[in-house]
Amino acid sequence: MSQWLPSASPEGLAARADLLQALRQFFCDRGVMEVETPLISQGTVPDSGIGVFRLPGEGDQPDRYLQTSPESAMKRLLAAGSDDIFQICKAFRQGEAGRHHNPEFTLLEWYRVGWDHAALMREVADLLGTVLNLDGWQLWPYRALFVELLAVDPLDEQVSLTTLMDLAQSRIGLLPEGLERDAVLDLLMSHCIEPEISDWGVVFITDFPPSQAAMARSITVSDADVAARFECYVHGKELANGYWEQIDADALSAQLQAENTRRQQRGLSPRPIDERLLAAHRHGLPECAGVALGVDRLLAVRLGVDNLEETISFGWDSA
Amino acid sequence: MIAFLFNGSSTMPNFSTNEFKPGLKVMLDGDPCSILENEFVKPGKGQAFNRVKLRNLKSGRVWERTFKSGDTLEGADVMDVDLEYSYTDGEFWHFMDPSTYEQYGADRDAVGESEKWLKEQERYDITLYNGTPLAVTPPNFIELEITETDPGLKGDTAQGGSKPATLITGAVVRVPLFITEGEVIRVDTRTGEYVSRASKS
Repeated sequence: MSQWLPSASPEGLAARADLLQALRQFFCDRGVMEVETPLISQGTVPDSGIGVFRLPGEGDQPDRYLQTSPESAMKRLLAAGSDDIFQICKAFRQGEAGRHHNPEFTLLEWYRVGWDHAALMREVADLLGTVLNLDGWQLWPYRALFVELLAVDPLDEQVSLTTLMDLAQSRIGLLPEGLERDAVLDLLMSHCIEPEISDWGVVFITDFPPSQAAMARSITVSDADVAARFECYVHGKELANGYWEQIDADALSAQLQAENTRRQQRGLSPRPIDERLLAAHRHGLPECAGVALGVDRLLAVRLGVDNLEETISFGWDSA
Repeated sequence: MIAFLFNGSSTMPNFSTNEFKPGLKVMLDGDPCSILENEFVKPGKGQAFNRVKLRNLKSGRVWERTFKSGDTLEGADVMDVDLEYSYTDGEFWHFMDPSTYEQYGADRDAVGESEKWLKEQERYDITLYNGTPLAVTPPNFIELEITETDPGLKGDTAQGGSKPATLITGAVVRVPLFITEGEVIRVDTRTGEYVSRASKS
């Protein structure tokens, strides 16, 4: 049985060690403090698109959850006055296994107090320049990228779901029925736009539709309501996702409830609301921007490999 | 005798997208398909999908489909067996399992291009769907007798010239000029090209 062997090569393991050191140095040089937060917690996220690993409690012990990202705990640190912080940690998402996904993966997440998403994008670009030797980057509003590559305006309400569905099916073949608008936009992004931008180097996509805001605040850009959120792509691979953070406690509470309602509509059981995060928001989260970056994918780009397994000591199938 | 297709007795298991591995046989739009590739696709904040490439085993066409992660397809009752060719009655080409003597009739669609390589007592790879032949694949190399070709030219060895030769199965292949009628040659069925004279048996 050769299953005991690592899925990463010795070069891959050495490159990971180098990369982790370079990332820590980058933040050390900029005065950003490294933190550690719990991997196992009592609260979790209600997002219906995220599979959570639940740890059943024994006896009278309540269930706990493996974190899907350190976002909640890091925001509680920010609310408690930590100032700028970063963390390199494991995060867990049930069911996300594939060439570019491992259910247990390494995240680099950091927050900058007083910054907006535009300033944070520049820092992400600096970091990529440091660890990837990639010069230059492009900034594309979500809407402009769709118009440029697919000749369709995703923010225009006149563009019906049927129109988007027809466009998607003409490009990528038959799709499941009953998809929501955002799901069709996601498919156009992953199946049509990502391959097109694979030779564009570093690309930031920003100003997402308000329905894809997640934890970002809403802003108005050229008369359109958009989310102050960005995604960073390198060679067509999604590497990082950042927000100018929503700090309003009521807006966050409404959003978490809405996600739980959506779960129930999809026949999923609701998840417990993270009351500690809400309490931190009510106390007051400072104005800040935050971003999460997939370290395994970053390493894959640095190594020039197309399978995440080659960057991880033991990939999902051999773990 | 022809193997019958049983209706309504299907008890094939369902497979979820996370079980889709290359080679898995599933039913899609009523046709048996073989999975070629399965790619998990998920934007950071969106829904998860699987982008799947499948070969329709009836038409041979490659289909690309996108499924929601967790969707299921019914397994297809498809298996590959090694059978011996017996004879044709013009409508069906009959194959036999040499260990059980069970017979299977393949129709023209199943035999397809392989017809010109069918030789009695030779073994073929047969894809069975619900017990009925769906496709017939000849071995990569087969030895066949030449029934008709122009006489060879004296002293002309492998100097690059070639001529057509008709084989006992009806296939026509190009052979070197020195090959004569009645000889047995080795042919690559994937390219339809002459390989060598057959090894003496």
